[in-house]
Amino acid sequence: MITREYRFPLNSSTRAPGEPLLEVTDVWLRFGGVQALTGVSLRVNQGEIHAVIGPNGAGKSSLLNCVSGLYRPQRGSITLHRSDGPVELVGRAPHRIARLGVARSFQNIELFRHLTVLENLMLGRHHRMSTALLPALLWYGPARRQEIAHRELVEEVIDLLELQGVRHKPVGSLAYGYAKRVELGRALCMQPAILLLDEPMAGMNAEEKEDMARYVLDVNELAGVTVVLIEHDMDVVMDISSRVTVLDFGRLIASGPPDEVRRDPAVIDAYLGEAATT
Amino acid sequence: MTGDMATDTFPRLLLAHAERQPDAVALQEKRYGIWQPLTWTQYAQRVRDLAYGLADLGVRRGDVVAVLGDNRPEWLITELAAQCLGAAVVGVYPTSIGEEIRHILSLAAVRVVVAEDQEQVDKLIRLKDELPELATIIYYDPRGLSSYREPYLVKFTDIEAAGARAAQERPDWLDGEIAQGMPDDTAVICTTSGTTARPKLAELSHANLLAMAEHLTEIDPVRPGYRYVSFLPLAWIGEQMLAVACGLRYGMTLSFPEEAGTQRSDLREIGPDVMFSPPRIWESMLSEVQVRIDEAGWLKRAVFGWAYNVGDRVAAATQVGIWLRMAYAVANVVGLRPVRDQLGLARVRRCYTGGAPLSPDVFRFFHAIGVNLKQIYGQTEICGIAVTHRDGAVRFHTVGTPIPGTELRIADDGEILLRSASVFRGYLRDPAATAKAKTPDGWLHTGDAGYLDEGELVVIDRQADVLSLPDGSRFSSAFIENKLKFSPYVQEAVSFHGEAGITAIVCIDPAVVGAWAERARIGYTTYTDLAAKPEVFELIAEEIARANADLPEPIRVRRFTLLHKQLDPDDDEITRTRKVRRGVIAERYADIIAALDKGASSVDIETTITYQDGTRAERTITLAIREPLAQDALAGRRRRPVWSGRIT
Repeated sequence: MITREYRFPLNSSTRAPGEPLLEVTDVWLRFGGVQALTGVSLRVNQGEIHAVIGPNGAGKSSLLNCVSGLYRPQRGSITLHRSDGPVELVGRAPHRIARLGVARSFQNIELFRHLTVLENLMLGRHHRMSTALLPALLWYGPARRQEIAHRELVEEVIDLLELQGVRHKPVGSLAYGYAKRVELGRALCMQPAILLLDEPMAGMNAEEKEDMARYVLDVNELAGVTVVLIEHDMDVVMDISSRVTVLDFGRLIASGPPDEVRRDPAVIDAYLGEAATT
Repeated sequence: MTGDMATDTFPRLLLAHAERQPDAVALQEKRYGIWQPLTWTQYAQRVRDLAYGLADLGVRRGDVVAVLGDNRPEWLITELAAQCLGAAVVGVYPTSIGEEIRHILSLAAVRVVVAEDQEQVDKLIRLKDELPELATIIYYDPRGLSSYREPYLVKFTDIEAAGARAAQERPDWLDGEIAQGMPDDTAVICTTSGTTARPKLAELSHANLLAMAEHLTEIDPVRPGYRYVSFLPLAWIGEQMLAVACGLRYGMTLSFPEEAGTQRSDLREIGPDVMFSPPRIWESMLSEVQVRIDEAGWLKRAVFGWAYNVGDRVAAATQVGIWLRMAYAVANVVGLRPVRDQLGLARVRRCYTGGAPLSPDVFRFFHAIGVNLKQIYGQTEICGIAVTHRDGAVRFHTVGTPIPGTELRIADDGEILLRSASVFRGYLRDPAATAKAKTPDGWLHTGDAGYLDEGELVVIDRQADVLSLPDGSRFSSAFIENKLKFSPYVQEAVSFHGEAGITAIVCIDPAVVGAWAERARIGYTTYTDLAAKPEVFELIAEEIARANADLPEPIRVRRFTLLHKQLDPDDDEITRTRKVRRGVIAERYADIIAALDKGASSVDIETTITYQDGTRAERTITLAIREPLAQDALAGRRRRPVWSGRIT
């Protein structure tokens, strides 16, 4: 009999809650004459929702891109703590970093528009599938068993993110909020050790934002996945994150619990403006 | 039913099925994208385990167990397990909030509640202090609940496991309990819809419900293995009537939709043999067809239009000639069957509508596309059904004739009286109301006004809502409102009788009017914005004029306004089964009604908007008031076909 509990852990990190999971140490990134990141250090602990905020051009996406391997910083180290010890991420190719358990979503939706929601999510399992060509073509034996097992995990993600109603719809036909949720789902299907979300709520109305915030919280609380989140909406950030890091012109100006960061004069100056002081 | 086992209570019926067709599918639910079956044997086993578990939680004969959740196998397992112990089950609508839940649980002195998930558990935890009797909350969807520390919170599967252990120690005990059950024990408690007051709790016995099933199936047989999709709340008598009573009596296979958003596609995948839904489901199916046909190209429109006309003629004809029969064969293949299939009605043998009147246009549409849709008239107090149409004799303005074993009488004051073995035991802890509803010799006072037309019953409305004209003729607000609701653009309408004659508050159908606005290139943001557009007023003015054309002169709608919001059960304006609460509306919108009656051109209203997160906001909104188009202005305009929202 199938119980209602989920059978597959979506979080693949084995660190205990509160232990450091990702450590960024003194990272410098420069594009020609532009200094994108200037000696940024931060620590993400297991089990938290860690928000990275800052004005446009502060270097938030650059930081995420350094972690996921799309950019290579000139100096500094980025360490992911795994059960088999710390792993240095700087210098590794993006697909290897993904295989180590770093999953991410993008600011612009990067999905296959003509594939269905289910097919897009199954692609999140691609790096864990391995079969010879012939069994895969004939879909027998291990290939078949493997696909069924992966589909079961994908179905749990569909259930968690409430995508049942659009399972077989092409992503291109979906509303923006749904597409963003599918992107979150695909990252989750990788069973990540850490999930990097680049502005998951950008361009959404208040209701969609609230929904998305709910799903991010579910992913964190129910599935236990550590989340690093870039977001502009201060209310959302303060509501859902356990730690907030503030960047400004490539420098880290504050890091701490939301309430502390909100009161930090440097942050108010740089980012929040006067409205937040009232 | 064969075998020597008595089958006069639901638990005994369940055991009989488990013995007779152990591997047939009793229930199925979609998980992991696949229909996961539960056979009669497994079903009976889970019921037994849970029954032992509930007994250990202190559930005793005569108690009431409540269920608060969507339609899932656990709902029925709980129901049957409670009945095994001689207890009854009461369903609470899963959309209910605060006071509604408290009222039902405290009235029924519920000690054990089975709740679906975190959302429902949260509601109950908030009410816990006000419910001294409530001792245990059982949940079956554990997601998000692992960090809850309330000692009275337990998991469904844990209770089943504990029950299974208890069953090993005293394996025969439960059979003794089941054997002690009497047909006259209360099996199910259903809330009345409560359009006028707080819901009352009607006690229905095994014998009541099974008599209903026998009588109904005498005219509309149900065979073992019939497919049924259970998507309407099990707290509603209609769902208990078919899914539970007929389902258990004859061994139907029930399927539960995956979630609210997939109901339609699940319905289509299963292709049920029988369906019973309130009018809104049929109305929304028709709206869906209208919207999709209007989006289709000219060829599809033309083909469907032709096929529909053929179907309509066949449905209306008593004698079908050879040419029409041939045309119908073609029409069925090219136009009607595909639409039935899209709606999930490809295999359906009988459909029922009940709970409120359905407009003849909607009836006509379904008969034209070849769906055997019939009206049911009944009440919670008589197990949901007392009167229905017979196959092949469906007159749209009547509700048919009483089912076998049911007597019908019209009282001197025009009230419909019914008597049968299915008349309920009484209202829980309310002998005064029971005495009013049921005479000592078994007649049920329905509170509805009606008359007989060639032996078939015509229901006018609730007696309290029936109005008399100076010439002595009687008509009902619902009669006018239903004429207004013929229009696909109108979702709800509430009419009032004042100095200036009939006036109406209308709520537009956001999907249909929205699609119309898109075609007409009218931009809008929210429902409130759309409902305030002059073009939309113009549209509805014409729709009401058409409705007026079908109404006698004295009861034509003189003025109307479009309400800035939809009627919402959370605001008490409409019941959970979507019946308008006239009293609440008359009170809340008294200013609007007065302005309509005075002939003002607009009315300002203060409104408090409660958002889903509980925050409130105050706003002033100006509603325009309009008169419908004059009758002679309609003359030049073409009439819209039933199946389309467009004229051409």
